[in-house]
Amino acid sequence: MEKFLSALIEGMSFGGVYALVAVGLVLAYKTSGVFNIAFGAQAFVSGAIYYQLHNRSEWPIIPAFLLAVVVAAPLVGAALDRMLFRHLRTAPPLSRLVVALGLLVAIPEVVGLFFKVTQATQYKGIVPGGEIVYRPLSGVAITRDDLSIILSAALVAIGLTILFRYTSLGLRMRAVVESPRLTELNGIRSDIVGTTAWMLSSFVAGLAGVLLPTVFQQVSVINYTTLLTAAIAAAVLASLTSIPIAFAGGIGLGILQQFVSRYLPTGNVFASNVKPSLPFIVLFVVLLFKRSLSYEQGLKDPLAGVDPPPPVPASAVRSRELTIGTRIFGFVVGTWWFYSVLFLWNDIWLDRTIRILIYAIIFCSIVVITGMAGQISFAQATFAGMGAFFSAQIATKQGVSVIAAIFIASAVAAVVGALIGLIALRRRGIFLALATYAFALFFDNTMVRYDWVGGGIFAIESQRPVVGPVDFARPVPGSTTRDTAFLVLVLVVLTLVGIAIIWMRNGTTGRFLDALRGSETAAASIGINATKARIIAFAVSAFIAGLGGGLLASYKIQFSSLDYKAELGLFWVVIVVTLGPRTVEGAIQAAAGFVLFQEWVLPTAIPWLYNHALPFADITAISIGWQQIFFGLGAVTYAKHPEGILESNKTASLTRVQGLIDRFKSRRDSEIETASV
Amino acid sequence: MRDPLLKVTSITKTFSGITALDDVTLDVSPGEVVGLVGPNGAGKTTLFNCLLGQLKPDRGTVMFAGHDLTRVAPHLRARLGIGRTFQRMELFSGMTPWEHFLVAGRARRGDGRLWKDLLGMGRPSKEERASASDVLELLGLTADARRPIEALSLGRGRLVELGRALMIEPKLLLLDEPSSGLDHAETAELAEVLRNVNVERSTAILLVEHDVPMVRSLVSRVFVLDFGTLIASGTTESVFANNAVQRAYLGTNV
Amino acid sequence: MTPLLELINVDARYGPFRALFDVSLSIQPGAVMALLGPNGSGKTTLARVASGLVRPSAGTVRFDGTDFSGSETYEFARTGIFHAVEGRSIFATLSVDENLELALGRGRSRTEVSEAKDVAYALFPRLAERRNQIAGTLSGGEQRMLSLARVLAEQPRLLIADELSLGLAPIIVDSVYETLAHIRDAGTTLLIVEQHVGHALAIADEAVVLAKGSVKYAGAAEGAAAYSTI
Repeated sequence: MEKFLSALIEGMSFGGVYALVAVGLVLAYKTSGVFNIAFGAQAFVSGAIYYQLHNRSEWPIIPAFLLAVVVAAPLVGAALDRMLFRHLRTAPPLSRLVVALGLLVAIPEVVGLFFKVTQATQYKGIVPGGEIVYRPLSGVAITRDDLSIILSAALVAIGLTILFRYTSLGLRMRAVVESPRLTELNGIRSDIVGTTAWMLSSFVAGLAGVLLPTVFQQVSVINYTTLLTAAIAAAVLASLTSIPIAFAGGIGLGILQQFVSRYLPTGNVFASNVKPSLPFIVLFVVLLFKRSLSYEQGLKDPLAGVDPPPPVPASAVRSRELTIGTRIFGFVVGTWWFYSVLFLWNDIWLDRTIRILIYAIIFCSIVVITGMAGQISFAQATFAGMGAFFSAQIATKQGVSVIAAIFIASAVAAVVGALIGLIALRRRGIFLALATYAFALFFDNTMVRYDWVGGGIFAIESQRPVVGPVDFARPVPGSTTRDTAFLVLVLVVLTLVGIAIIWMRNGTTGRFLDALRGSETAAASIGINATKARIIAFAVSAFIAGLGGGLLASYKIQFSSLDYKAELGLFWVVIVVTLGPRTVEGAIQAAAGFVLFQEWVLPTAIPWLYNHALPFADITAISIGWQQIFFGLGAVTYAKHPEGILESNKTASLTRVQGLIDRFKSRRDSEIETASV
Repeated sequence: MRDPLLKVTSITKTFSGITALDDVTLDVSPGEVVGLVGPNGAGKTTLFNCLLGQLKPDRGTVMFAGHDLTRVAPHLRARLGIGRTFQRMELFSGMTPWEHFLVAGRARRGDGRLWKDLLGMGRPSKEERASASDVLELLGLTADARRPIEALSLGRGRLVELGRALMIEPKLLLLDEPSSGLDHAETAELAEVLRNVNVERSTAILLVEHDVPMVRSLVSRVFVLDFGTLIASGTTESVFANNAVQRAYLGTNV
Repeated sequence: MTPLLELINVDARYGPFRALFDVSLSIQPGAVMALLGPNGSGKTTLARVASGLVRPSAGTVRFDGTDFSGSETYEFARTGIFHAVEGRSIFATLSVDENLELALGRGRSRTEVSEAKDVAYALFPRLAERRNQIAGTLSGGEQRMLSLARVLAEQPRLLIADELSLGLAPIIVDSVYETLAHIRDAGTTLLIVEQHVGHALAIADEAVVLAKGSVKYAGAAEGAAAYSTI
């Protein structure tokens, strides 16, 4: 009984944390239509400000709290609304999710520019004497900090329930989400209501931000994002609409987690793995079995036509001229690049080129799932990881040739991909994306620990392939041979993958997916099987990701699960979406951006340019965080330019050139006309 | 008397206690144009959804060309030869009419195979192009074939929907208020096209429509639904002269 | 007498597309004006300009003598213009009751709101039966009733009704027009945008026929029939 009660109480204090974030997520979705996965990042902003003021600068609690939570957090919300989300009201829910994903990637790094995260430990919360322990019953202990979390979550949940049930502001917020213009026709200022909604949800994020670190004793963004999964599970349980259910779900999840860890046998690998991954499992199960998630909530705004039409997610209209132009340009640049790598540049550039090509293969998988199928998958890094882990396992333990092993492992990834596509079938849009996220985190936290996947405590190694007489072995240091054989190998694989994707896009699969993206009901009316088309897209995408992941492992030989972490997968989506999610060429651009930005642009190129442009400047390197900021903010443009920034600029400049030619022609024609008259 | 192409027998459907359809029976013969009218909320849309498999009727059967449709998935009904258009237009955004027709033509021939795509054999064949051009011509859409769908007027958009349905070579077309939102000129053009389709391809048509003159000019028989029950059926003239129909549906505007 | 609504040399565009060319019209208080024309002639755009949804790119919009050309949509609504937009003009995710609450809630006390709601429910008992139903699940006719119920309860000075008969059975179109006649009798000025000319001209005093974004006819309702292609 004592064990039971203490598990209950302790579970409730963890649950309070989940509940607070879950309520915040529901609030944000209800009042803005955005599934705000950047909620944790927003919370982190307030947590960091509060730590800086209270712990480091020793401000008293109240002014520090006021500044961090009551002033800063709503300001962030107002800024996000005014600068971003207000302009995305007519964009599809999935596009808004990508924008939030961009923020999730960028915000922590922006904070990191001003705030030293590494030493942010010994956090002191907003309640004086937070570490004081109460013992309401024997064997049951709860700190004042924990109590403050539970109470705050309950107060927020009650307050918001009242807001939505009994006040006109709550009603107006819901109306604005459906149609801001229709709301204006009722004499209500939709812009003010919308901004208020964002300020309110950011305030809740800020409150969570200063309360949560007491649980972990430190301010670190990872804690906020990990928490998010459990909160997402509770929010999804509430169908993203009911605040009381979100609250209860959060508390319940915390209690469940405590019971699992107390009552499951210790020492068993499964049991010890289940506890950390419980939130992911719960999220997955909820997504699977909750029937009401089958239909997209997003209703069309009847007055959307007043604004210019929103861009279609990743549509495939591209002019012939642009295609020819980029092909010629690409061929010239490619030839020059490979000539230089082979004959002029050193081994560092050879290494970078090989990795660019491998990442380009992986990113091609995002082209299939996002560019062609119009879905967002957060599990691409995991599929790549499956290609790596399984191929290494098969090659080292079964003695299968590495190339064959990579194919087998990719096929396994494809099967898993198809299964996720199948079970998440009726969960469209954002819920499908969330299911992939839950799977990715589950794989990271549980599967990788098993001997037969990640090698457990033993490090795992892959091998270089040998095909017939050709050995792709890594050159011995100091020898004159270079890694060019592997370069050719990955180039061949990338070419094959690229051709396959182009053929798929022009063939049945691509056309069916185009149609499904356009209108699912209409696609069914002409006999297109949505299930089959989606599963094919997921399987092909997972296969390609596995292929790239396996090649990366084989190239590096020593690799680790860090190369394939779920967070990395989020960043990959962000970078591909920014640089071109629709074409193979876009995937190559994204891969070049991914490798070169971190290794060359930030540490070398920008300082060089800067120091040469300004005579007295002397900077050595730019913070790596700028990569996340740059591409995170790039992804924010996804809703406006679903074809990627580069692609849209190419199209725009082509149109401009075309316009100039036309004008020149018409002027010439009119001159001829006047001459003939 | 020929065997009916579509035979709906005693369909009943209730939603949480409210009866949307009560024992509705109707039939369409091959090549026939039949109207289905009734006030809003009479159950026309529910009946449509039952025919197309979006909803499962509580009781009753739907037979089409000798197949029992009760357990057939919606997309497979299309392959059996039921084409449809939508009351609120459903087009594939970002695609041209030409692409609409090609994808529909491909869908008719069953699911394409992935391996064919991967071997570069997925491009549209000569026959597919030819049949798409035929439909473009039939509907008078040739000039608009390569323009994005967003640039077309509502009237043209409805024709694209119709053409897309025709590309699956349907035996029966279900048209849900095709003239909704069209002006007089566009409605007249649409009626003309429908007459041509019916004559040239001998496609049967089940037409749900509120534009009474249009219904009169096209159909030979009419079914009238009111509060989920069939209140009248028969030839157009006799049904529209019926007192019950005038009370429930037509009102003063005869 | 000052016209209630006056548009003077109005141009309107959506991005690069120009929808209205130099359109002028004026409606006297208490009048009923029919706005006719084929699809794409700019009727809906004109209605949107009149309710502030679309800001004119040139020209002046005056309401009761005051210049509203640069005003926000909510300012139009607050002076007493209600626009029942084409298609769905109610909130599909809110319940019937919440729709009325939202429409009637501004500037009224709690008791006044519930009184106004009672007026609406008394006029449309069918809505009272469905007061807790989500409005998106109402039939097309009931949705129109809901948006007209609030008009009757609130009595705005100008009602802009855009294609109210769209997708409705003939008998329901009749009852919608009966309701519009009630609204007119209660003192509201009407601007009726219609595709189907017969009904609109039967109730209207004046008519404007648009073609390709320009006024083709403006004058007495009787004279409009010849201009519109019936």
